[in-house]
Amino acid sequence: MTTKTRVVVVGGGLIGTWTALLLVKRGLDVILIEKGIVGAQSSGVNFGNLRLQGRHPGQYPLSLRSQALWENIEELIGDRCEFEKTGHLYVAKNDAEHEKLEQHARVAESHGLVIERIGRNELRRRWSWVGEEPQSATYSARDATANPRLVSVAVARAAQHLGAEIAENTRVTEVLRSGEGFTVKTANGRTIGCDAVVNAAGAWALEVAEAFGETAPMFAAGPPQFVTEPLAYRITPSVQAVDGSVIARQIPRGNVIFAGYPRTASDPVLNRAPVPPVKTLNGMRSLMKIAPFLKSAQVIRVWSGIEGYLPDMLPVIGKSETTPGLFHAFGFCGHGFQVGPGVAAVLVDLIVDGKTETPIDLFSINRFKNEVLVSDKLAKEFDAPAASGSRAG
Amino acid sequence: MRNVVIVGGGPAGIRAASVLVEAGLKPILVNETRQVGGQGYRAPAKSLALDIKSLMGSEAGKYQRLHSLFAALQDRIDYRPGTLVWGIHEKVLHTLSDGIAGTIPYDALILATGATDRTMPLPGWTLPGVFTLGGAQVILKDQGCLIGNRIVFLGSSPLLFLAALQYHKSGASIAAVVDTTPLSAKRAALRDLAASPRTLARGLMYRAALHMAGIPIIDGATPRGIHGEDHVEGVRVTDGRGRERLIPCDAVAYGYGLKPETQLAELAGARFRFDDIFRLWLPEVDTDGRAGAELYLAGDGAAIGGADAAEASGALAAHALLEDMGRPQPQPELARLRQEVERLRKFQRGLAKAFAWPVAQAAALSDETIACRCEAVTVGEIRAAIRAPLGPREVNRVKAITRCGMGRCQGRFCGPALQEIVSGTCNVPIEEVGRLRMQAPVKPIPLHAAAEMEP
Repeated sequence: MTTKTRVVVVGGGLIGTWTALLLVKRGLDVILIEKGIVGAQSSGVNFGNLRLQGRHPGQYPLSLRSQALWENIEELIGDRCEFEKTGHLYVAKNDAEHEKLEQHARVAESHGLVIERIGRNELRRRWSWVGEEPQSATYSARDATANPRLVSVAVARAAQHLGAEIAENTRVTEVLRSGEGFTVKTANGRTIGCDAVVNAAGAWALEVAEAFGETAPMFAAGPPQFVTEPLAYRITPSVQAVDGSVIARQIPRGNVIFAGYPRTASDPVLNRAPVPPVKTLNGMRSLMKIAPFLKSAQVIRVWSGIEGYLPDMLPVIGKSETTPGLFHAFGFCGHGFQVGPGVAAVLVDLIVDGKTETPIDLFSINRFKNEVLVSDKLAKEFDAPAASGSRAG
Repeated sequence: MRNVVIVGGGPAGIRAASVLVEAGLKPILVNETRQVGGQGYRAPAKSLALDIKSLMGSEAGKYQRLHSLFAALQDRIDYRPGTLVWGIHEKVLHTLSDGIAGTIPYDALILATGATDRTMPLPGWTLPGVFTLGGAQVILKDQGCLIGNRIVFLGSSPLLFLAALQYHKSGASIAAVVDTTPLSAKRAALRDLAASPRTLARGLMYRAALHMAGIPIIDGATPRGIHGEDHVEGVRVTDGRGRERLIPCDAVAYGYGLKPETQLAELAGARFRFDDIFRLWLPEVDTDGRAGAELYLAGDGAAIGGADAAEASGALAAHALLEDMGRPQPQPELARLRQEVERLRKFQRGLAKAFAWPVAQAAALSDETIACRCEAVTVGEIRAAIRAPLGPREVNRVKAITRCGMGRCQGRFCGPALQEIVSGTCNVPIEEVGRLRMQAPVKPIPLHAAAEMEP
């Protein structure tokens, strides 16, 4: 028997769950299909940063739209998910890095963000825990954090409450064109007819895209992350070294969560994302340079995840180039958490209104028809040789 | 020459080292503590001047033999005391010694990581003055301290009577030994226990000695809680006849037997199977302790078997390693060791039945009881998370949503109870709720440990 719905969302991560929620709020029938458990992959294990500073210039309209949704999260889903407007402190250790901060700041300001320039003395006066190495910083008060472990599940629950169907432990086996719409088949024997399909399957999204004759050079990797035992709450903003060596935040219950480059390889087939101990040690060393008072803090746990990356370090967002009614949102290159709700809002614009006011041309899947510009981040953020890890599914 | 590393300086690790040395190898022996002997035969600090003969009782001879064996080996092995192995990745051990991180590459690895206490949450079990049974023994032997002046020994474990007797001999006042297993369950397990009559007799002797000393022994009791304002003041139990009793005390030694320390085995690539009798996930090993390519497990870290089985399985693992290097091994000796290990582990399976893990107690826990000590997560929070729409039904997901198992101990202590709570709340067999996964560090490591290392 065929179930009928307006939209099938493939993938129960942050993008998929927010898309289901915003669609059902617009009155559309939705079935979200997740091969495992909602929010268990990169959406659930990322760093939890809602960072506005230092984003790609072309991403600001999307990011700001997303931040407005984050700031409203409690009203939207009835759960705060530990959302806190913590601010974000970007630190530089020399003139070259300082110049980089300045460039980031000018871009952010051109989009209306308020960025404070912090000199060496003020840095230590306002945040007394900052070590000797950072020489200057920029601070954005609107940047925030939330708990990724909780968000996707809470958003899915809100969508379900409003009538969306959330089908966990359900693997899509086939998506077929059927008249003006689609037929979606699952491993547990369901057949679903729908008008539109959203491909938000993260590191596994190429399975759907390639069924419709388009692809992207996506590969899987993960962010190695570490957490200390709970300590007195001192580090209120999230803090990041602009060289990428470390990013850290302390949650009010006291644990310091930190992460750093290079990212780790992860395996989307075996569903494994081990953290090599040497990365843990590198992260520990880098954190001590920024916050030396943590030198005796104990690291109690580490983790990583399985994220989809693309060589230009930009995601795929938008309409399929081959198939009307198919929409892609994947390959967020480790920065999908902040933009997630905004991406969902854009997808809903495209599905319901056929167009969106938010500029997204930069993220078209079409760009991979030609050779794309390889981001300099690829060399910096990954173990050499970059992108040689497993191809994402 | 191959780099052969043994982790663990208890009976299994020492015997493995001795077999390798006899074969002309010079293994590296990594020991987390400063003193060898493991938990059971740990040498007390010399300054304590403890009477080992009296403390070890009938096991004093074995204790002496093991320490003599190690003394003879010490110059023929590369011994690394006070060294924690916190991670294993691509045939390299990551260590912490004197606060500094280091590495030890290996070609073949014998893990003899021993066991730790298995505990079940109970109202009040996080009060100061509550210790695990094994912890109470370690404090006595390692530091020469008693956990209190008037102590209740509570739970279900062969260690219960041994620990109580050791404390009695050390001058502590024992308020009661409260055994949560009914005598009938012990009688039912007698057939398996007969596999090791000597060990069985020893257990009965401990019990008799406590009885002779006038220490009350309560069988088949159900613990109701440990109470006190900011320290233990008493234990509330319902005895075998249904009478509620309050036993005043200032310390509680509490436990339900042992569970293998398998974190390093997992990081080294061992696979796991669910064991019905212990109700634990145990590493898969062959009769000689092979758990994977160049990976061998011995002692209680592979399967609970006690000190004698640990020695024999340590020797077996070393023989297996040598055999895999292409060196023929004495088959009659191997056969004898296999038989010995099998007999003693069978006895322990009998003990596990006789001193049962309290499955019913997990189901009956009040919602207010803390399940995860590190993160202060209550049983009720776990149950509520599972019952919520789209709630988790697998232990790693329950951990992600509730924080149970996310703290300092990484689920080493709350893990078995968490499995029971998830199984009970979801109403599915325990083997279907999964197993908490491990990542390094297996124990906390300080940031400054990395400072001395070059990136």
